[in-house]
Amino acid sequence: MSEAHGGYYIPHGTTWPIIGSIGLTTLLAGAASLLNGASVGSAMMFAGVAIMLLMLFGWFGTVIRESEGGMYNAQVDKSFRWGMAWFIFSEVMFFAAFFGALYYARVLAVPWLGGGDEVTNQMLWNGWQAAWPTNGPADIGGEFETIPAWGIPAINTLLLLSSGVTVTFAHWALKKNNRGALVLWLIATVALGATFLGLQAKEYIHAYHELNLTLGSGIYGSTFFMLTGFHGMHVTIGAIMLTIITLRAMKGHFTPDRHFAFEAVAWYWHFVDVVWLGLFIFVYVL
Amino acid sequence: MNTATTHDAHHEEHQGGLLRWVFTTNHKDIGTLYLLFALLMFIVGGAMAMIIRAELFQPGLQFVDPQFFNSMTTMHALVMIFGAVMPAFVGLANWLIPMMIGAPDMALPRMNNWSFWILPFAFTMLLSTLFMEGGGPAGGWTLYPPLVLQTGNAFPFVIFSIHLMGISSIMGAINVIVTIVNMRAPGMTLMKMPLFVWTWLITAYLLIAVMPVLAGAVTMLLTDRFFDTSFFNAAGGGDPVMFQHIFWFFGHPEVYILILPAFGIVSQIIPTFARKPLFGYSSMVYATASIAFLSFIVWAHHMFTVGMPLAGELFFMYATMLIAVPTGVKVFNWVSTMWKGAMTFETPMLFAVGFVVMFTIGGFSGLMLAIAPVDFQYHDTYFVVAHFHYVLVTGAVFAIMGATYYWLPKWTGHMYDERLGKLHFWLSAIFVNILFFPQHFLGLAGMPRRIPDYSIQFTEFNQISSIGGFAFGLTQLLFVYIVIKTIRGGARATDRVWEGAHGLEWTLPSPPPYHSFQTAPEIK
Repeated sequence: MSEAHGGYYIPHGTTWPIIGSIGLTTLLAGAASLLNGASVGSAMMFAGVAIMLLMLFGWFGTVIRESEGGMYNAQVDKSFRWGMAWFIFSEVMFFAAFFGALYYARVLAVPWLGGGDEVTNQMLWNGWQAAWPTNGPADIGGEFETIPAWGIPAINTLLLLSSGVTVTFAHWALKKNNRGALVLWLIATVALGATFLGLQAKEYIHAYHELNLTLGSGIYGSTFFMLTGFHGMHVTIGAIMLTIITLRAMKGHFTPDRHFAFEAVAWYWHFVDVVWLGLFIFVYVL
Repeated sequence: MNTATTHDAHHEEHQGGLLRWVFTTNHKDIGTLYLLFALLMFIVGGAMAMIIRAELFQPGLQFVDPQFFNSMTTMHALVMIFGAVMPAFVGLANWLIPMMIGAPDMALPRMNNWSFWILPFAFTMLLSTLFMEGGGPAGGWTLYPPLVLQTGNAFPFVIFSIHLMGISSIMGAINVIVTIVNMRAPGMTLMKMPLFVWTWLITAYLLIAVMPVLAGAVTMLLTDRFFDTSFFNAAGGGDPVMFQHIFWFFGHPEVYILILPAFGIVSQIIPTFARKPLFGYSSMVYATASIAFLSFIVWAHHMFTVGMPLAGELFFMYATMLIAVPTGVKVFNWVSTMWKGAMTFETPMLFAVGFVVMFTIGGFSGLMLAIAPVDFQYHDTYFVVAHFHYVLVTGAVFAIMGATYYWLPKWTGHMYDERLGKLHFWLSAIFVNILFFPQHFLGLAGMPRRIPDYSIQFTEFNQISSIGGFAFGLTQLLFVYIVIKTIRGGARATDRVWEGAHGLEWTLPSPPPYHSFQTAPEIK
């Protein structure tokens, strides 16, 4: 180990990134093969996922050991914080692409197609009237119904907002070094997240089986499922991270003034919370 | 296991053999990997360009079938942008930023390793698509639907390789930002940072802002093709033009990602050989930031002919022209730095001056393209090809080559062969103009891009262009030779290397120790 500037920890040699590259490539090459109809694809995907899991456990395990071993000074901590903040910003921009697509379709493309731009309307689908929600002039995927905002989605909003509060309570408990309360509030947060995911799954099943609302329901189905689906995926990741943080808290990790991992996960959780608020307003209510 | 290569007390961690390069967390090792990878991709992408120019030497179809020709234009762009220019800049960032700000290494060394080691996998995946059923992607690097959705088995591999490149770029960019904000030596205030560091800070911000948008766009392509979505299908209420908007929201900042670090390099080189401090340092910083801001609100100038409301055409036209103001500030500052300077013209300076002149030509043709009614005439012609090759080859690539000559003595401890370096510059500068200047005329006369055949009246200019192309390509082998020769030996470089060089990296030995600043340097 070499140290610099008052002990900024610089690791020497690491095997995890190359394992990650191999895993990620195997996973994606497998997925691509599967999409092309090659049966070997699914085996490759599983292998890729297994390698990725090995990498994630190994890499994070190493970092946790180093962190608990006191090898990270305040400056390293700050690097992690900046890194996490910018990572979340990149995630925001990923969602922005899909929100942008929703905006463009609703406010510009669909109205143009439906007569707002006369030439487009006459040349492509003469007489078609713009509406939202829509599956387009060709009625792609057949007629469908949408999910009303003030049922499950409103409950889900409450669940996620409450989970933002509980994770803050957990943070307060950690700062007061009240480990029992910390663990309890974390469990409550995970439970709220899991309930959210359960309701979301129920809603998807309902949409597919009873409302004929699918990923193939034109632009509405595309934006609806891609936005809520990617959000759900992020809630899942967040819930897994929260679970790990809970287990670490139970093992006695973190101190009242040194708990970057906890805060990173809490930031991430607030981020998925805010994305949901955007979804609730722009996908469900409006 | 001691490889007694440095005078540094902390060299015990050098691993022997090839595995050192696979497991390394050292910013210099990783910088070297990036730069060598970029050089390799430069040769691969260059070979594709040679195929294109060979086919275009005469009208009619000579060597390759049209599908393969289109694959070559598509792949040439993807390889050069994501495989050559961007990794070269990240390699320079890795090598230089820690040394320039007085840091021991990059802030997140393990992630640094990963951001590099994704790239060889991503490009193996991308290049392997050339051998798949249905051939490589052939709809242009911009991947416009519906055309791109007709790609054969290559399609999902192309999409996923772009995802991999995006992951790599985002991690690299996060590392650069964190290093700059958190690892500066005490006293290295923001407004004391070398301009290369400043331009990279802003570039990294652009990368984090737009690479995820590209990931979103190509994900929508993937689901449109395989999962029944209708993002870009008007029958389902979507719009193929929407892809272009999302793509260029990424794509326009991307072109500044490809040029801002070059601005930084030139702003380091010119003061050294003019033996004067950079003219207008703070205006350079503000100009860079302004360019970055404007880059987010000009994207639809790539789409003037696609059909947009008049207000949109006008807005994007005027916003685009505004970029000429901060860019003009930069060119003015470079010229003013040289004004009454005690100038000498070593190879890096030749490339930097060449950059200022020829990049400006590319900037002016960009201004012509910014005029919406005029763009209706130029769109999708060789004029566009000429324009962006002036900014990317005589701009970005010349800056990277200048940077290589400028810092190679620092990195290797050996001086390059000045005679050969100058020869390389002059051959490159002459042939690159023979290659690309006639393409302006071809475009103005109406020759469309991305088509392997053309009307016979375009023959002469195409032949001139191809001859320039082959010669420019061959000249770059000289560059490879010079670099290898310098790595292997040569006259010893002094610490400062250049008489007029200023900055922390020049206070270190040449080559610098494995870990640059174990103790923080003193900043005056």
